Amino acid sequence: MTDRPDDRFAPGDRVRTRIADPPGHTRLPRYARGARGEIVSTAGHHPLADERARGLASDPRAVYHVRFAASDLFGAGDHAVVVELWEDYLEPDGSAS
Amino acid sequence: MSGDHASSPVAARVRHVEALLEGRGLLEPDEIDERIDALAAGGTPANGAAVVARAWVDPAFRERLLADGNAAIAELGFSMGGALQEQKLTVVANDADEHHVIVCTLCSCYPIALLGPSPGWYKSEAYRSQVVREPRAVLREFGVELPASTRITVWDASAESRYLVLPRRPPGTEDRSEEELAALVTRKGLIGTAAV
Repeated sequence: MTDRPDDRFAPGDRVRTRIADPPGHTRLPRYARGARGEIVSTAGHHPLADERARGLASDPRAVYHVRFAASDLFGAGDHAVVVELWEDYLEPDGSAS
Repeated sequence: MSGDHASSPVAARVRHVEALLEGRGLLEPDEIDERIDALAAGGTPANGAAVVARAWVDPAFRERLLADGNAAIAELGFSMGGALQEQKLTVVANDADEHHVIVCTLCSCYPIALLGPSPGWYKSEAYRSQVVREPRAVLREFGVELPASTRITVWDASAESRYLVLPRRPPGTEDRSEEELAALVTRKGLIGTAAV
């Protein structure tokens, strides 16, 4: 899927997901909140589901495939989980780990 | 409307909202059922199997399929456009090192155009909650025993993409025709809960 110049993240970037539990609809699964992961690829550009669910106008913005190590999400497991997340849910993970 | 939850409070609420919308002329009677039928029209696991068989016999198609699923399936006459907007198709390929499995933990997103309506277990709370945490154990319940050296990647359809697993071509099938190969591919194989 084509990247755009104003995309905030690129494949390989380390990111951290939002911790807050929003009052309404969201597509950031609970198990992936406050978690560290890595951008795999861009999954297109789409209006934010949280805003559409509230009847708000929403500009398309980047959605990413983000890979998490199971041990980081659940404290156990040797597999990976790839979750598809809007850029709004993500911030750069500056911490060295 | 789905017949699976006819007695649940949510179903009653949905029927009530539907009746209100119809009463105000915002919705034609049966419009929702017709939309659902349109979404499911032509959707069957045979479509996904045909895509996989082509990828097995044609390495260039396989490459195109993994790079841009929507464009590649259009070559075979398939489309992810049954819903209100075309859905992005992401195809993930199994190999000796990595096995992929698909889930929608938030609801039940599924590539209906290529697989038809999803099976009940795919929508079950048990599958949705466990496969992200313990995929190896869940796969074992499905009869899939993977070597410890095979990494497992679970894809959660949490946004706009729909996923399809490209299983490994079974050994000893070199002489099979594309049609015969397609007949080997199961719905579970396309979800990742079977080897093929």
